[in-house]
Amino acid sequence: MINDGEKRSCQETMQRLYDFLDGELTDSKRQAIKEHLDTCSPCLDAFGFEEELRHMLATKCRDKVPDVFLHRISLALSSEQFKNNFTSSDGSTMIDNKDGIDNSE
Amino acid sequence: MADQANFVRDAMEYMGSLYSAALRMTRNPSEAEDLVQETYLKAYRAYGGFQQGTNLKAWLYKILTNTFINSYRSKKRRPEITDVEDIEDLYLYKRLAGREASSQGSFGRSAEEEVLERFSDEDVKRAVESLPEQFRIAVLLADIEGFSYKEISEIIDVPIGTVMSRLHRGRKALQKALLEFGLSHGLVTVEAAQSDK
Repeated sequence: MINDGEKRSCQETMQRLYDFLDGELTDSKRQAIKEHLDTCSPCLDAFGFEEELRHMLATKCRDKVPDVFLHRISLALSSEQFKNNFTSSDGSTMIDNKDGIDNSE
Repeated sequence: MADQANFVRDAMEYMGSLYSAALRMTRNPSEAEDLVQETYLKAYRAYGGFQQGTNLKAWLYKILTNTFINSYRSKKRRPEITDVEDIEDLYLYKRLAGREASSQGSFGRSAEEEVLERFSDEDVKRAVESLPEQFRIAVLLADIEGFSYKEISEIIDVPIGTVMSRLHRGRKALQKALLEFGLSHGLVTVEAAQSDK
């Protein structure tokens, strides 16, 4: 039978499930969860399922970039480079930063 | 500072993941191509100011996401109402657990995990695309691209607490959507969904 201490531990462990899978826990918290999982099959099963689900999402949501599009984007970049070579001296290709791209990071 | 001449060499390796993300965001192949092309052109123009050695992939995703939100989203904006408050944690797992229990061994994969393999790539993509936009972007960045909470917070410019909340709700909504796809395509049996009520 599960005593109160272990029950609380299961609940705490489940609350941390995503932080654990997301790699967002400190080493000591991570270790505490691993120790719990070593002795608790229900929690281990649930963690295993969520981890597998994550893996499934990451592998099944990939799309092949069409060759025609790759070609198109290479051309667009080459043309941009070409334009750049002709206009850089007078600064007319100043960066358009209206999208809030922060380069300072 | 990064050298603009190295842009193609540095940035093209992320094309595949940006293209997939753009497809999930726009749900339209020709818009996805336009979005990715616009992203790469903007990134190229701004590359001189990019700090070499910092996170190029996150920087590209920031441009992609901003461009999507500013230019693409508005075209088909519609109210997206999704009440996820009544979806419990481990929604999908709880509906698949206990079925075919006899096939579950002590080692290796459980029956529930094997059910996941029955989902086709198309099912999974459509389920992700069915999510409301804010949830969809959070789930894309975390679960598919593997960005940390902090990186996501910088990419979409919201506090980490908001990232966590969107992820929490988005993941629940995704599990519900996956179960619905599983039921309609006969991958999951009806009895599994009965505990829904």
